[in-house]
Amino acid sequence: MGDEEGVDKSRRVVFVTVGTTSFDALVKAVDSENVKKELLVKGYTHLLIQMGRGSYVPTKSEGEGSLVVDYFTFSSSIADHLRSASLVISHAGSGSIFETLRLRKPLIVVVNEDLMDNHQSELADELANRKHLYCASPQTLHQTISDMDLNSLLPYTPGDATPVANHINRFLGFPDD
Amino acid sequence: MENGNGCCFSSVSSIATLSSVAVVVILILIRVLHVIYCSGRPLSKRASKPVSTLIILGSGGHTAEMLNLLAVLQKDRFNPRYYIAAATDNMSLQKAMMLENSLASESGIKVADTAQFMKIYRSREVGQSYITSVWTTLIATVHALWLMIKIRPEVILCNGPGTCIPLCVIAFIFKVLGIRWSSIFYVESIARVRRLSLSGLLLYKLWMADQLFVQWPQLQQQYPRATYVGRLM
Repeated sequence: MGDEEGVDKSRRVVFVTVGTTSFDALVKAVDSENVKKELLVKGYTHLLIQMGRGSYVPTKSEGEGSLVVDYFTFSSSIADHLRSASLVISHAGSGSIFETLRLRKPLIVVVNEDLMDNHQSELADELANRKHLYCASPQTLHQTISDMDLNSLLPYTPGDATPVANHINRFLGFPDD
Repeated sequence: MENGNGCCFSSVSSIATLSSVAVVVILILIRVLHVIYCSGRPLSKRASKPVSTLIILGSGGHTAEMLNLLAVLQKDRFNPRYYIAAATDNMSLQKAMMLENSLASESGIKVADTAQFMKIYRSREVGQSYITSVWTTLIATVHALWLMIKIRPEVILCNGPGTCIPLCVIAFIFKVLGIRWSSIFYVESIARVRRLSLSGLLLYKLWMADQLFVQWPQLQQQYPRATYVGRLM
């Protein structure tokens, strides 16, 4: 897993995304010293945080023996950032998850425990059980990074809407394609 | 004597009224059960012409999933297409317009001939208190009625957002009243693995969707009347 063709091998970017939500707990966790330390140990060089509507602002850093840290709030499409990342840490939104999995990027999903009715964890748990990604909480993130073995992750085969379309067509009396 | 006759007459008329009401209620119930029974079965006639289609869009992941489904549906069968999104949702209609524009430029047909885009007042914003939601749901329902009377679609595609509930309820009532028969297809979101969303649960329990599709086998086990179709994304 992890497509790094054409990317400067000395530059391994960890991209963090919270989508359109506010998820200060994740941004704080990622900006914490023990997480940054674990990322450095694993060989990552850059940390790019898409912080969305959150109010906690991470600290930029130029590197010099530590991670290069940068952040922004939103962008119209995170596809380019995902593509150039070596590791993605994302909130549990299905859009972010599947966009990342389709690009075959290693993914750690962090569930926002502050959300009411947290059905999002169902999806993250199921995909973690199927070994397509790792699942963590803001508190256990550094441990997950330390323990993770990205080679054990299985690629996710994209789904197919054709079965539904066939059902609908047959139900309405249209001939099969 | 007159009092006696008067009393007899008023009790007879109230029994008559009650009986009429009971008969009407029973007839409506029979009609509703008949509609539910017919809704669950495929349409008996082979489709010979395009069906007008209402597509209900919801924020974020919902729209992405819906566009994913639309990509594999033959557009000349589902025609004209009416897109409805919540008034506060800025992105969804734009994305739908992009899809329709690219389709139109490919086939040379004008977008306006095959697709329309509308906004609807939302029953409830995320995080809104349930008490104020009662009022906003009422307003949303009136607005939904207005839109449904205009559109009267033959097919409804929805996949989760609360915006679909008033529209589906009205569609069901139209079926019962014989105003328009809409086949309602609900695709539960891929993010729902173990439990149905509130919209899905309502449509399931009230037998209001003709077909309710789920993307994970656990849901099919829990809700036997649902149809498991694998992952769409």
